[in-house]
Amino acid sequence: MIVQTIVFYIFAGVTIGAAVMVVAARNPVHSVLFLILAFFNSAGLFVLMGAEFVAMILIIVYVGAVAVLFLFVVMMLDINFVELRQGFLQYLPIGGVIGLILMIELIMLLGAETVAIPKTLLATVPIPPIEDRTNTAAIGDVLYTKYIYAFQAAGMVLFTAMVGAIVLTLRERSGVRKQRISNQVSRRRAESVELKKVEPRDGL
Amino acid sequence: MVDGSSIGFWAGYAWPVILIVLKVLAIVVPLLLLVAYMTLAERKIMAAMQMRLGPNVVGPLGIWQAFADGLKMICKETIIPTGSNKVVFLAAPLITFVLATLGWAVVPFDAGLVLADINVGVLFLFAISSLGVYGIIMAGWASNSRYPFLGALRSAAQMVSYEVSMGFVIITVLLAVGSLNLSDIVESQRNIWFFIPLFPMFIIFFISTLAETNRHPFDLPEAESELVAGYQVEYSAMTFGLFFVGEYANMFLMSAFTTVLFLGGWLPPFDIEPFTWIPGYIWFFLKVAFLLFVFVWIRATLPRYRYDQLMRLGWKVFLPFSLLWVVITAGALIIFDWLPGA
Repeated sequence: MIVQTIVFYIFAGVTIGAAVMVVAARNPVHSVLFLILAFFNSAGLFVLMGAEFVAMILIIVYVGAVAVLFLFVVMMLDINFVELRQGFLQYLPIGGVIGLILMIELIMLLGAETVAIPKTLLATVPIPPIEDRTNTAAIGDVLYTKYIYAFQAAGMVLFTAMVGAIVLTLRERSGVRKQRISNQVSRRRAESVELKKVEPRDGL
Repeated sequence: MVDGSSIGFWAGYAWPVILIVLKVLAIVVPLLLLVAYMTLAERKIMAAMQMRLGPNVVGPLGIWQAFADGLKMICKETIIPTGSNKVVFLAAPLITFVLATLGWAVVPFDAGLVLADINVGVLFLFAISSLGVYGIIMAGWASNSRYPFLGALRSAAQMVSYEVSMGFVIITVLLAVGSLNLSDIVESQRNIWFFIPLFPMFIIFFISTLAETNRHPFDLPEAESELVAGYQVEYSAMTFGLFFVGEYANMFLMSAFTTVLFLGGWLPPFDIEPFTWIPGYIWFFLKVAFLLFVFVWIRATLPRYRYDQLMRLGWKVFLPFSLLWVVITAGALIIFDWLPGA
């Protein structure tokens, strides 16, 4: 058990340290890289809890896809770093208030004695023992049966966002030469090659 | 000793750690040797295909060429450009190399012969392969130079695009297996290897691994005729060497992944006498070697894709087709009542 405790504190410490550096780093690309480090260590925490499916999904979705696009965008921005830091302190009160609210919520959740959690918020489906059901299967058991409407709703929201993004960026520009594969394939010899009889010393 | 329980320090903590380190070395050292000889094999095969001799000076048939190359890379000077972001610049090749070796932790070489037999082995390998893009992006950005940056941008878009269809291919295999454990996936192919019933998916997966490892005909991130060498331009000596080894180790890893998913892992082609005499890890190695040969074969045969063609293939051909095939596979499994574990 002591090894697990040590590993937990390493993961937790690096997560918090990296999260602080996300805000504190001067260079936005460094911020994104620290964010990735924080994702990684929280995935480690999930593994320690025995939730390996969530850990892997966290890495595949957030690190493998979302953060790549973050990095992609941030790298391409031409930012004046000094100017960016100017108004840093001006947002401190808002950030502080949000942080405070989150902290109060966490304390309320953890200290169950101070606030009784309503029964509806607790898990209504019994959690199967870890020996006879892997947690991938356990998630599948409830996700597609009990929570199917919530799952479908989440899918619809994402789908709408995707359609929205495509509509916003799709535009027809005139004067752009595009490859039209159907035109290329449907070309016939008769309409593209012409045989001409060339007289000597005469040319065409 | 530490927590006062009956397990002592040596039996409880030290020996397991030493054992794990030895196992890791038993995987990584042969892997690096194979990578060294893969570079030689690639040059020899391509030379044979182009009617040349290939490397034949260092040692008989050039077999020491790989070590000569390695020695050269170690002895050369590492140059770090002044305008580069030093920490990220040096971290990038390390990340590429470490990720390429990390995935081997879950690959089953034979029945029970696996370092970490975890429940979510498929997801682990998929995650590792999707992280490979970071080494390239970081290298391109940290070099603070035009060509590497262009290579990095290409690579980011390319790898994210092909991961999507790879995900769908993996889902079809998982539907047919009913488990995310790599050993279970191999065991469920005892009757028929998945590349027969799921043949289109096998092809899509293999082409996607070509794109994922930035190999020909999808090597646009390092396209030497347009981008010099893409993200590797500013790298020299062993920093370049790590990229190089990482790329080849990644090819090995993706071939092993394809072998496990579609070619029945360590299983012999027929479960009868002469085939079962050969141990499982030999079959595994032979299958991986065959896929690697196809990698080289494709490199020697096909010209490089144009970038818009690459994107079209990923998003407009592979994605709809693999999505359709997921639906067909799921439907067939339900109709014929073949669902595993149902």
